Amino acid sequence: MTGFAARDKGLGGHLPKAENSDPRRTRRRGGSCPARAMSDKPGLAGARIPLPGPAIAAAITLILITIGITVGGKVIAHQVVSGLLLGAIYMTVAVAFTLTIGVLNFLNFTIPTLFMLTGMVAWGLLSGGYLSLAGRGAWLAALACGVAVAVAASLLVERFTFRYLKMKHGDATEHAIPLVSSLGFLIIFENLVLISMGSDSQRFAVPFTADLHVAGIVIGVPQLVSCVLAVAVVAALNFVLRQTKVGRALRTIAENPDTASLLGVDVGRVVPVVFILTGLLAGVAGALFTVNYGDVSPYMGDNVGTKAIAAMVLGGVGSIWGAIAGGLVVGLAETLSIQFFGGDSVAMTVWGLVLAIIVLRPSGLFGGATIGKGKM
Amino acid sequence: MSGYVSGVLAIFCVNLVFAYGIFVTAAAGQINLGGAGFQAIGAYAAGWLASQLGLPIWLSIVAAAAVAALVGFLISFPVLRTRGVYMVLATFAFGEVVAGFLLHTDVFGGAMGMVVPFHIELWVLVVSAIAVMLASFYLMATRLGLAMRSVNDDEDAAIVMGVNVRAVQVAAFTIGGAFTGLSGALYALNFGFVEAQYFNALLSIFVLLYVLIGGTQTAWGPLAGTLFFTLLPELFRIGGSARYLIFGIVIVFMMALRPEGIVTRGLVRRLSFRGGAGGS
Repeated sequence: MTGFAARDKGLGGHLPKAENSDPRRTRRRGGSCPARAMSDKPGLAGARIPLPGPAIAAAITLILITIGITVGGKVIAHQVVSGLLLGAIYMTVAVAFTLTIGVLNFLNFTIPTLFMLTGMVAWGLLSGGYLSLAGRGAWLAALACGVAVAVAASLLVERFTFRYLKMKHGDATEHAIPLVSSLGFLIIFENLVLISMGSDSQRFAVPFTADLHVAGIVIGVPQLVSCVLAVAVVAALNFVLRQTKVGRALRTIAENPDTASLLGVDVGRVVPVVFILTGLLAGVAGALFTVNYGDVSPYMGDNVGTKAIAAMVLGGVGSIWGAIAGGLVVGLAETLSIQFFGGDSVAMTVWGLVLAIIVLRPSGLFGGATIGKGKM
Repeated sequence: MSGYVSGVLAIFCVNLVFAYGIFVTAAAGQINLGGAGFQAIGAYAAGWLASQLGLPIWLSIVAAAAVAALVGFLISFPVLRTRGVYMVLATFAFGEVVAGFLLHTDVFGGAMGMVVPFHIELWVLVVSAIAVMLASFYLMATRLGLAMRSVNDDEDAAIVMGVNVRAVQVAAFTIGGAFTGLSGALYALNFGFVEAQYFNALLSIFVLLYVLIGGTQTAWGPLAGTLFFTLLPELFRIGGSARYLIFGIVIVFMMALRPEGIVTRGLVRRLSFRGGAGGS
């Protein structure tokens, strides 16, 4: 692909051999395994196979839309479109999940609360009248503040789960410690919001509404904009990972933290970048969700968070394009199963799909074969 | 005994049995984040067998535990194909599927929940909890328990030493399923009402926290963890959310101070040594 990618193959290329020859390495070096998905692996980054991930994802999406429209007519077409728009939100959160697992081998359970924090903080600032100076753009300023709070909260999590534990206990990914700590933070953030803003669902009014009518299908402009924005954020992240120095450092850490620090990567300074990106992705997703659906609640992250986990697993843990495809598939599965089987069936459809994928193809649709062997 | 104390005790007993169910799998190195699914199976099986088939209550409890054990046995084969993060996610997905299935099935009341027109006394819960606890201590002292520990500590070394790792893991899931199903049956028959929404992801997360905060190295862990989680909120009964906030902070600090849980093998050894030294 690029100069970086070509050079990186030297690092990533011989690792699978080492893992095969020494099974204990596979377990011990948990951090190195999920990395496969984000390194320059054939088929994933498109280094060797001419059809790259984005093309596959786009093709799947197009096929699904076509099937939906030809078979079901206008009603189904409408469901497909709204499923994809919902899927864009799931996709962004799923990418946040997959990034922390891919680089740090850490299932970060605070992501749903970061998502929720953005919406609730934005609502709190707006309803408290703190942003009257911003005038008509107050809602936008509120959402920006919300995203900033999410990033700050994510850094706080990094400070007290990952960095502290790594300093004190060596390789923290060997234990379930970061997982449990992130569950602790989930409880902390959720209840902080409950205490300060109550448990009610609140209306977040956006001062514009506009609908596009394309071939008889109604598409909300905010939804369309947010879908485009979500794709843009993920594409930007992909660019950062592939082309920048920080991105390269991140991928090196994903391969093997010890080797990375031997090669001069300041692991302690690069790891917070993962958490900043995580907070940014979750925050942007939360802001988009708030604008799209117009209401916020302290529990808004729970459903989206679990669906995003489902999306990540479907696409393959550690794979960014997998998370994108998974997010869209879950969004579609949700709206279509509501259409065909009723509202209660969503969880069963989505999680049945996930369980089947895990059992039949544990690496997911896009993941490498060695992913997820690390011990939590 | 006041109603408040007996209510707390009942919840404590159910949670303790539940925690031991998750502990047995965790002691063999498998993190089960689908505990609520197993508990739901036990609860619905007991309620349905007792009220629809008219089985005696004790038999429906035993049958519920057996059903959950069977499910644990069957689900262990696909789940054990996965490891690490994937196992956490697979068990999580299992819990969600079970909850979704129960929510969608009208035979079990669907979203309305299911009324269980029976009531078991508190002493049954206490006796069951003590029995499960003793059984877990015994299990950890047997050869199987030793094999479980070795699988947890180093799977490859266990293979080299001749441990049938897969059999140990399947056994752990089956026993864990039985305990978890038992806790569900006790819950259903004591509280008289079950609804699918109760068995959600948060319940799975909490019970996993009981076990991981308590410590998976010895069978004291779940007891310590459940005490910690059930009694601490009662002590912190300041107000609904504030106590959970304190609770979350305590979890983060616990992980920073005692990452292997409250009770570790070292702590048990030290305490028993001190007890011996004090006597002489």
